[in-house]
This record gives sequence, structure tokens and C-alpha cells, in this order.
Amino acid sequence: MKPAGVVRAIGRTTIRNIACLGHYGLFLLTSLFWLFTSPLKIRRIIEQISFIGVKSTIIVLLTGAFTGMVLALQAFYALNKFGGESLLGPTVALALIRELGPVVSALMVTGRAGSALASEIGIMRITEQIDAMEIMAVNPYRYIIVPNIVAAIIAFPVLGAFFSLIGIWGGYVVGVEILGLSAGTYFGEMTNYLDMQDIRMGIYKSLSFGLIVSWICCYKGYFTSYGAKGVGNATTQAVVVSSVLILIWDYFVTSIFV
Amino acid sequence: MITLSNVHKSFNGNIVLNGVNLTISEGEMLALIGRSGIGKSVLLKHIVGLIKPDAGDILIDGININRLRGKELEAIRKRFGFLFQEGALFDSLTVYDNVAFPLREKTSLSEEMIREKVFCELENMGLEKDAHKYPAELSGGMRKRAALARAMVMQPSIMLFDEPTTGLDPIIGQSILNYIQACHKRGGFTGIIVTHDVPRVFSIVQRIAMLHDGNIILIGTYEHIIQEKNPIFEQFLSGNLNGPLTYS
Repeated sequence: MKPAGVVRAIGRTTIRNIACLGHYGLFLLTSLFWLFTSPLKIRRIIEQISFIGVKSTIIVLLTGAFTGMVLALQAFYALNKFGGESLLGPTVALALIRELGPVVSALMVTGRAGSALASEIGIMRITEQIDAMEIMAVNPYRYIIVPNIVAAIIAFPVLGAFFSLIGIWGGYVVGVEILGLSAGTYFGEMTNYLDMQDIRMGIYKSLSFGLIVSWICCYKGYFTSYGAKGVGNATTQAVVVSSVLILIWDYFVTSIFV
Repeated sequence: MITLSNVHKSFNGNIVLNGVNLTISEGEMLALIGRSGIGKSVLLKHIVGLIKPDAGDILIDGININRLRGKELEAIRKRFGFLFQEGALFDSLTVYDNVAFPLREKTSLSEEMIREKVFCELENMGLEKDAHKYPAELSGGMRKRAALARAMVMQPSIMLFDEPTTGLDPIIGQSILNYIQACHKRGGFTGIIVTHDVPRVFSIVQRIAMLHDGNIILIGTYEHIIQEKNPIFEQFLSGNLNGPLTYS
């Protein structure tokens, strides 16, 4: 390919990607506009909290418990090397509340509910249900997108908190019941090292992950291409993009708070 | 009255509508016929503002629907009913909730009044015993009737039907056409039926328009069109493989 052709190709790709980012941004802005300028559909929000939040509880509790348990095992192994076993409780709690609770629960919910959200909205698109809504003068953003965003923003911090709590309990089972640490040491040291700033950080992360996942998954479903393949691709992309963004955003939030 | 004036539309360089002019009078029923993929459904979606034309105007009682946004667009859309080819019923809602949906969303009627209206519409379509079923549990004909009930429940002044009998056996297809005719008599709406169901549909419409190569090549009453002896129309009607329309 000639140099001019290479430059043209780079330029075309750059413009396409910027336009794509703009499209994502416009979708979010439109959703937020309807979120703040029209009455919320409380019934729809409750339904979506049930779908995103309540139905994800079991998977979040299960993964939370095992994450806490393995974290306790690994931390005990490391702390034992310099006689710092008494710090097992704070180590597990800090890691879970500041980092693992929000991130892993968000990744789990993305896999379970985010993918379902993208495919459900995608199927609504290809079967003309969204068109039908528009013709009935019902705003699809208000009816479909906003309730999902609100529900995710509510559900993610709660699920993140469940994850951290059950994880701390998992750490207790391993540290106290299996490895023989005293319960007083495990919990007592925790209160010395943990403060509100750590909890706030976890909450901020979960809130922003809720927004990111609902935004990306709704966008991918809403603008799916046609056919089963289109919906399949939209679902895959929704999960991949959401997961990657969770990890990238996590770094930036952490760097602000540290 | 619906007026399409010099409407152009192309997708990725493929010209679908090439200066379409069409006027439908108030209360009139018009059949829009033409080959598959010629742009009939695209034309229908232009009329309701789901697709914007590249050029040209679409006037609904003198109001250009392409220039409307927000509340104004919502207001004019309240006048429309649209029967989609596959029904486009909300699959997470029962038949009852599907029909009740526009009433709940766009009116302030009490649940009792909504129930009355929904069952009135379902009885008209012979679906009162299937109100609790989900769309996936319905046959093709029942889905079409449920979608028709949903479209009719707001008593639209303009009804657009996108291939209402496609995929149905002749008996069910005829029953759907009878329902449409009955709805038209009851509601007196302006209607456009996009269909391949010829000549059966001719009995329920006043005029027929044929879309070909991005333009309306023929329009008039059945008698008028027959007299014109247009070779494209005649081949379309007969289904003959030999003629100006090729099948490759």
C-alpha cells in the first residue's frame, strides 16, 4: 500500500472510532436527559432491580464467599512469613471493600444480567418491538433504558456490599475456623485499619460500574445489527466492553483515592 | 390526508425510493403492492417517521412529520396505528397487557376502564379467552389479531398494515382481512395495506398503488388499473415468470 493510502486508512479508522465514541456518548447523554427530565417509571425500575440485583444475589454471594476464603488463605501464607497473621482481618476486609467487592461483583453481574440485558433489548430491536413502542408515542429511552440504568446504579452497590460482607465471612471461616486465628484478632484489627474512606471508595466504584455496565449493555442491545448473529455479537461485545471498562475505570478511581 | 412529495431514500448507495409521490385521502383504504424488497415497508416507516427521507416531504394533514421532534412528534404519532409484519408484540407481556400497554402509557384511564376497552377490542378479534397468554403461546393468526387489537385500541385515525396476511393460510388470511375491513368500517380510519396478497386484498381497498423501481408506477381503482393493462401489474398479478419482471 502506498504511503498516502496508509495515511488515508489511518484517518478513516480514526474518524470512524471517534464517531463511534461520540455515538456512545450521545446515547448516554440522551439517557441521562430522560432520567432527569421526566418522571421515573417506578414499576419498571423495581422489575429491573429484581432482574439485575435480586436474581444476581446467589451468584454474588457464592463468588464472594470463595473469593474471601481464597484471599484469606493467600494472605495468611504471605503474612505468616513475617509474623503478621494478626493483620489477616484488615487485609481481607480492605481488599474486599476497596477492590474485589465492587470489581468482581460487577464482573459477575455483567456476565449474568448485562448479557441478558443486551440480548433482550437486541431482540426487541430486531423484532420491531422498539419501533412499535415509538409508534405508540412511548419513548423507548424512558421505558427501557432509564429503568435499567437506575436499577443498575441501585443494585451494584448493594451487590458489592453483599460480596464484601460474605467475603469477610469467608475469610473468617478460613482464618479462624481452619487456620486457628482468634475471632477477636480477626475482627478487632479490622476496625483499627478500616475507615469510612475505604467504604466510600467501594461505593463510588460500584455506582460507577452500575452506570458503565447498564450504559454499554443497553447501547449494544439498542443498536444491534439484524439477525441472530447480530444479537449474538451485540451480547458478546456488551460483556467484553463492559468488563474491560470496569477494569480500566477501576484503575482511575483507585488512583484518585489512593 | 397523507401526502408524500418527491420522497427519496437510499441505503448504502442502493436507491430504494426515487421521488415517490402519493396522496391518500381521509378515510380511504389503499393497497400498496410491489415485489419483495422493493421498499414498501420502508415507505410505510417513512409515513410514521421511523425512517427519515434523504429528500422530499411527508405531510400528515399538512404537517411535515420529518420536521417534528419531541412532544410534537409524539402527538402526531398518537394518531397512528401500525400493524407490523410479525406483530411486534412485547414478548414479556401477556396479550391483555400488550393491548393495555398504550392505554396505560398514554392515557389516564382507570384500570377498570382499561380492562373494559381491552376486552372490547379482544372480543372484536375473537381473543377474549386468550388474554392471559404470552405471544409465544399464540399461533401466527392469533398474534396478528392481538397486534391488530393493540393497534386499534387507541382508535387511530391512520392505520398502516405491513403485510398483515403474510405467513398465514388462506382461511386465516381472509379472516384477518375481514377483521381489517370491519375495523375500517367501525373506525373510519385512513389506511394503507402493504401486501402481496393479491387479488384478495382488492376487495377491501378503494385504490391500489404499485411500487416499482423506487416509484409508484400505477395507482387507481381496481377497475381502472385492469383497464390500463400494465404488463408489470399483469405479470405481478398472474405470477408468471415470463415478462418484464425478472426473478434472478
